[in-house]
Amino acid sequence: MTRLRTVTSTLVAALAVTALTACGGGEPEAPAKNADGSTTLDMWTFADVHAAYYEEMAEKWNEANPDQEIKLEVTVYPYQDMHNKLQLAVNSGEGLPDVVDIEVNKFANFVKGENPPLMDLTEAAAPYADDVVQARLDLYSKDGTVYGFPTHVGAFTSFYNTELLEDAGIDYTTIKTWDDFQEAGEKYNKETGKAFGVASTGVFFLEPLITAQLGGQYIGDDGTVQVNSPEVVETLTMLQEMQDAGAISTIPGGSPDSEEAYGAINDGDYAAIVYPAWYTSRFVDYMPDLEGKVAIAPAPVVEGAEVQTIGGGGTGAAVPVVSPNKELAADWLAFAKLSPEANVAVWEVLGFDPVNMAVWEDEEVTKNPENKFNKYFQTNMFDVLNEVKDGIGHLDSFTDPSWPTVDDTFRTVTLNEIYENGTPAQEALDQAQADLQNQLGQ
Amino acid sequence: MRQLLYSKRLAPYLFILPFLVTLAVFWVVPLSRSFVMSTQEVLYGQATFIGLANYERLWGDRIFWQALFNSVRYMVLTLVLLIPIPLALAALVNSSIGSARIKGFFKASMFVPALTSVVVAGIVFRLIFAESDSAMMNQVAEFFGFGPVRWLRGDLTGLAALLAIALWRWTGVNMMYFLAGMQAIPSEYYEAASIDGAGKVRQFFHITLPNLRPTIVYVVTISVYGGLAMFLESFMLYAGNNSPNNQGLTVVGYLYRKGIEENDLGFASAVGVVLLVLVMAINVSYLTASGTFKKEAA
Repeated sequence: MTRLRTVTSTLVAALAVTALTACGGGEPEAPAKNADGSTTLDMWTFADVHAAYYEEMAEKWNEANPDQEIKLEVTVYPYQDMHNKLQLAVNSGEGLPDVVDIEVNKFANFVKGENPPLMDLTEAAAPYADDVVQARLDLYSKDGTVYGFPTHVGAFTSFYNTELLEDAGIDYTTIKTWDDFQEAGEKYNKETGKAFGVASTGVFFLEPLITAQLGGQYIGDDGTVQVNSPEVVETLTMLQEMQDAGAISTIPGGSPDSEEAYGAINDGDYAAIVYPAWYTSRFVDYMPDLEGKVAIAPAPVVEGAEVQTIGGGGTGAAVPVVSPNKELAADWLAFAKLSPEANVAVWEVLGFDPVNMAVWEDEEVTKNPENKFNKYFQTNMFDVLNEVKDGIGHLDSFTDPSWPTVDDTFRTVTLNEIYENGTPAQEALDQAQADLQNQLGQ
Repeated sequence: MRQLLYSKRLAPYLFILPFLVTLAVFWVVPLSRSFVMSTQEVLYGQATFIGLANYERLWGDRIFWQALFNSVRYMVLTLVLLIPIPLALAALVNSSIGSARIKGFFKASMFVPALTSVVVAGIVFRLIFAESDSAMMNQVAEFFGFGPVRWLRGDLTGLAALLAIALWRWTGVNMMYFLAGMQAIPSEYYEAASIDGAGKVRQFFHITLPNLRPTIVYVVTISVYGGLAMFLESFMLYAGNNSPNNQGLTVVGYLYRKGIEENDLGFASAVGVVLLVLVMAINVSYLTASGTFKKEAA
C-alpha cells in the first residue's frame, strides 16, 4: 500500500507542478524589435472603421518618426466579444494586446480597484491637453489619472429629413426646445401617420442628455445610484408623454444604430434622429438614398438649460499595463488620437466631431467642399458644433464605476418597460432603483 | 514498468489516473476556487474576504430570481417535451412498421441537428422568429390567420422559440438513447407476452418501459442539468445576453453577465455555487428516489 501511495502521489505531484508552472507566467517581456528595427504593436478594436483609421495613423507616425517605426496589427472583434475577451485577459494578465479600444459604457469595468490593468497615460496626453475637450478626457480618467484617449466629442445633434418635414409643413429651424420638438412631432404624425423621432430601447443615450440638461444625475457624488431622482423621473415622463403624443416611436432593431433601423430611416419611416454627431458616418455609409435631404441642427434643449448638449457614446483607447511595448504604444496612441493631424483624420475618415477643438476652427478642413460628409448633408456639422460649443457639458455619472450596471439595467429592462410595455415612468424607475441598489450592494 | 502493469493491485489505479488527474485539475481545483471566490470581492490583483455578503446580495436580487425562474421553467418544459416525444419516436422506429431504409434515413436526419453548432442554429432560429412579416414563423402565423407576431419581444413567444431550438436539437439524441435501450431488451420477453395474448400497447407499458428505466433515469438526469445550465441557445437567439426585460436570461447567463460583462467575479462565483447546489440537490434526490444508488440485487 505504501508503494502505491508513493507512486500515485509522485505522479499527481508532478502533474500539479507542471500545471502550476504553466499558469505562472504574466511577467512583462522585454520589448522585442523586428528585424527591420520596427516594433510590432497588437491592437484590438470592435469597429472596422476604427481599424482603417488606426492603420492610416500608423503610417503617418512612421513618416514622422523613422527611428521608432511601428508595425500595427489590428484585430477587429465583435463589440461584446472583444470586451469579454479583454475582461478575461486582464484578469489573467495573459494574451493582452499592446493597445485596445474600450467602449465608454464598458470603460469603468477596467479601472476598478487599486491597481487598474491599464497604463497611466497622463504624461503622454500632456502635450495636447490644452486643445482637447477636457470633459472627454475626464470620461476616461479616474482620480485625476488618464487611462484612455477619446476618439470624438459625440455632441448630441439633430438630424432632420427636410424633404419629409417640408411636405408636412414643418420648418426644422424653428425647433429649439423639446416642447417645439414634441409639437412638430405631433403635427408630423397627424399629417403623415408616420413616426417622427425615435424612442430607443437598445441604447441609453437620449435620456442622459435630457437629464443633464435638467441638471440631474443618475449616480450621486458619493457613488450611490439615484435613478429615480426627480430629474430622471421628469426626463422619462417627458419622453413617455412624447411617445403618447406620437412625437417619438420605437424603431426596429431597438436603436437608430442598427442594421434594421438604417433600412427604416433610409426608407423615410423616421424624420428626426437626435443622436451623437458621429451618426453622420452611419448616414453616409448606410443611407445613400437620403443624400442631400438631411440637415444637421443643434439637439433640442430643455428651456433655460445651462448644459445644451453632452457627449454621447465614445471609445477610449488604452494601453494594458503589462504590455512590453507600453511606452512606445502610449506615445503613438497620443499622436494617433489627440494630435491636430490625427483629429483632421478623425473628421475626414470617420466623420466624427474631433476632440481637438483647434480643428473646429480650421475652415479649410471643416468647409472643404470635397469632403464626403459636407457633400451629403445640407448644413455643415461644424457650424452646428461651434454654435453649441460653450454649452457642451459632461454627465459625471458616465465615469462612475457603477455606470456599466446602470446602463445595462436601462437597456435591458427599464427602457423596455417604459417604451414597449407602457409602464409609468415613476414605477419603472423605482423598480430600477431597487434592482440596482441590490445588484451593486448599496 | 512491467511489474507495475502486471500488478493486480496497482495497475487499476494507473489506468484511472488520467481521469483522476483531469478531474482534479479541471474540476476539483476550479470548483474549490469558485467556493473561495464566492466569499470574496475580486478586483484586479486583489481579493478581499467579505464573508457571505455575495450570497446576501444574491438572495435579495430580483434579477437572479427571474433568471432562476426562467431556467427552472425551461428545464421542466424540456423534460415534458424531450422525454415522451423521443420515446414515442424510438418505439416507432424499433417496431416492425415501415422499411428499414426509410427508418435509417429518419434516424440519421433526426440526429443531424445535434452535430450542428448551436451558434449557427441560434442565428438561423433568430431569423426564423424575426419580427418582420416576411420571416418564416410569421408567414406560418399568417397562414393560420394571425400575426405578424413579435416573437422575441414577448415572454411566452420567446420561450416557445427557445423550446423549438431544444426540440429540434435534442429529439434525435434522446431518441437514440431510447432506441439503444430498447434494442438491448431480449426479444423473448415480447414473444412470451404475445403468446400470453398481450397487445403492442400493453407490451410497451409492461415490458419496454420497465426495462428502459436505467436509460430514462440517465436521460432525465442529464436533461435536468442541461436545462438548468442552458445559456448558449438564449445567447444566440437574442443576439447577446440582454433580452427584453431579461425574458431569456438564464442562471448561467446571469453568471456570465455579472462575472465577464460586469467584472464582478465574486458575485458570479456565488451564482455558480448556487446553481451547482441546486442541480446536485435535484439530481441526487431523483437518483436516490429512482434507486440508482442501491446495490443491484444479485
